[in-house]
Amino acid sequence: MSTTVIWTIAIISILGMILAFVLWLIAEKFKVIEDPRIDEVEKVMPGANCGGCGFAGCRAFAEAAVKATDLEGNYCPVGGNDVMARVASILGYEVKAKAPTVAVVRCNGSCSNRQTVNVYDGVKTCKVKASLYSGDTGCSFGCLGCGDCVAACKFGALSMDPATGLPVVDEEKCTACGACVKACPKQIIEIRNKGPRGMRMFVSCVNKDKGPSARKACAAACIGCGICAKTCTHDAIVLENNVAWIDPAKCMLCRECEAMCPTGAIHGVNFPKPLDKEAVKARIAERNKKAREAAAAAVTKENKGETV
Amino acid sequence: MSKRTFSIGGIHPHDNKISRECPIEILPLPPVVYVSMSQHIGAPAKPVVAVGDKVKAGQVIAEPGGFVSAFIHSPVSGTVKSIGPVKDLAGNGQNTVEIAVEGDEWVEGVDLSGDIVRDFPDDNAAIMDKIRLGGIVGLGGATFPTQVKLSPPPGKKCEMLIINGCECEPYLTCNYRYMLERAEQVVIGTAIIKQVLGVDKATIAIEDNKPEDIAHMEEVVRTLAAHSPKYAGITVLAMQTKYPEGGEKQLIDAVMHRQVPSGGLPIDVGAVVQNVATAFAVYEAVQKNKPLVSNTMTVTGNCLPVQHNCEVRIGTPISFVLERCGGLPDSAAKVISGGPMMGKAVSNLDAATVKGTSGLLVLTEEQTRRMPETHCIRCGKCSDACPMGLEPFLLFRFTKAGMSDELEANAAQDCIECGCCLYSCPAGLPLLDIIRTGKQQVMGIIKARAAAAKAAAAVAGQPAK
Repeated sequence: MSTTVIWTIAIISILGMILAFVLWLIAEKFKVIEDPRIDEVEKVMPGANCGGCGFAGCRAFAEAAVKATDLEGNYCPVGGNDVMARVASILGYEVKAKAPTVAVVRCNGSCSNRQTVNVYDGVKTCKVKASLYSGDTGCSFGCLGCGDCVAACKFGALSMDPATGLPVVDEEKCTACGACVKACPKQIIEIRNKGPRGMRMFVSCVNKDKGPSARKACAAACIGCGICAKTCTHDAIVLENNVAWIDPAKCMLCRECEAMCPTGAIHGVNFPKPLDKEAVKARIAERNKKAREAAAAAVTKENKGETV
Repeated sequence: MSKRTFSIGGIHPHDNKISRECPIEILPLPPVVYVSMSQHIGAPAKPVVAVGDKVKAGQVIAEPGGFVSAFIHSPVSGTVKSIGPVKDLAGNGQNTVEIAVEGDEWVEGVDLSGDIVRDFPDDNAAIMDKIRLGGIVGLGGATFPTQVKLSPPPGKKCEMLIINGCECEPYLTCNYRYMLERAEQVVIGTAIIKQVLGVDKATIAIEDNKPEDIAHMEEVVRTLAAHSPKYAGITVLAMQTKYPEGGEKQLIDAVMHRQVPSGGLPIDVGAVVQNVATAFAVYEAVQKNKPLVSNTMTVTGNCLPVQHNCEVRIGTPISFVLERCGGLPDSAAKVISGGPMMGKAVSNLDAATVKGTSGLLVLTEEQTRRMPETHCIRCGKCSDACPMGLEPFLLFRFTKAGMSDELEANAAQDCIECGCCLYSCPAGLPLLDIIRTGKQQVMGIIKARAAAAKAAAAVAGQPAK
């Protein structure tokens, strides 16, 4: 009886040793030598695997970052500058800080601003709706309201506001990974600089129709009138295809465009004080008056010079 | 012997041809027409008129914007009021010429008499020119410019011309009326296309739910064959009624027992398919010098007191057509441009009709209601119904998961959007709606890949230069 037990233990042990040796041989033969820094980089990554950096996941990003010679073009929007600084220190690259960004919904076609002109009874996703027609309001550029962006957000930063029917971004949670930008078939979501203390200006409309038809479709549409571009003293507003766009790099947050916009398409957010439209308008009028007087004075001076 | 039909898939929806007894009536002119520049597949046409210009019916108002594009003629006489984006029936802005109607004056040379001209010239180049200048596009639904289809690429030979008179879409009856009232013109058009293509065989395929058409067309073909040898080789073929028999690939399978390869064209298997309405339009352009300025559409619906088949000038607002056909009843919930299977819901009733509008179908709330959506039970009914031999339940899942490689491997790009899968699904899944988005994604990927390959080839070719 006891010999059977001993034999069994002995055979199993020897078998185990032989197999362990075979496994070791195979492991040696097919060894994959990987840069240990990949693991280190992956450890400091947020681990969201959101694809916001353009790679399939955090590991793929780490591999690409280790392979690259600098951090140009490789940036984790979720981790932000902190994570990138740690990645840079592991890899010995230079740190490239980026201004923090956030997703901005460029449509203000709420139920009160935009008339519903037909009823959509199809599949409730923006992608399907966009493949069928221009949408249930008169505006063929704005938000379709089925919430594909909300479904795409892995951080729970987006939600549909039942009162307006538009998506709302929770700035605390938004990592600017860009998943919502890709999910939106109407391309109304933009990743913009967060701005100092979150203060930023943007045009909340992407309607490329001409003024009258844009206005007819939505009360808060950008009608491409160009008043904002004329008002802006910092040359920050570009008017293209009947839509204004504010360059965050040039914008000085003076809010003059917001005060002057006839449809209220320009929004300023996170400012400590609400905008006093009349005061700003008076300031602009005063400045314009002075400029006109100065121009007139220059003209008379010139004329005098000629007569003398 | 059982009648011919395509070999895989297909469904048998109730045909509801309630407007079949209504003769084609000519609708009066609207006060204003909106002529879209994107009435065909391919590049939009370029307007050649300016605001304020006086135009006559049949005058060219736009030239082709590319190789695959078509001439567009003024459907009415009057003054050009504006040129710019106007919302089409899906609500998207399309470049449109708006013409205020004044009288009904035609350009010179158009034969407006009802006489039938049976003899046509031997000069194929002249015929092709007339088809091209007449702005003829395929009126079966795809609106592919006809002259492009009639010039096979070098090295490919057409063996058979198929004239599609299946009209497999439920409700629609305008092709049925064509073959009853304008049979002779259709057959002459067929003979003209046959001569241009240089084939000796032409088949007019008609589903067997239209026995009057089959009998009448056979008789007309016999009479014309006796008239001239140019009409020899045209046969009428009765097909088994099954949706989507009128699909180009399905019809070729049914008539010739040949399968168009994935990503291929009918000409790859030696076939050219044209609709009966296109054959009629070719007749009018070649024999009567009349460009494509009007088309025939069925205005129907169970809730409408009177059904109509009417000839309408292109660019007539849909609301005007509906009003002239008795107006929309209170029970109407949805208007569909085209048939119930492949037609598109009209979101903007002020939109104008285009060359390809084949019908306006008015549905009630009850008829448009969707089945509650439940779970796929893997019954395989959609796979059985798919006439392209695809697996819709699989494509549905792949699209939802965003797996574009698998979508392409499972030939999502071959989907003809016929809606058989959706029709047959007992779980009420919106198969086609989802698959269509997957198909669009795959088509985008294929296009981008082709463009990248072209760019790479251009780069590789540069040093050689």
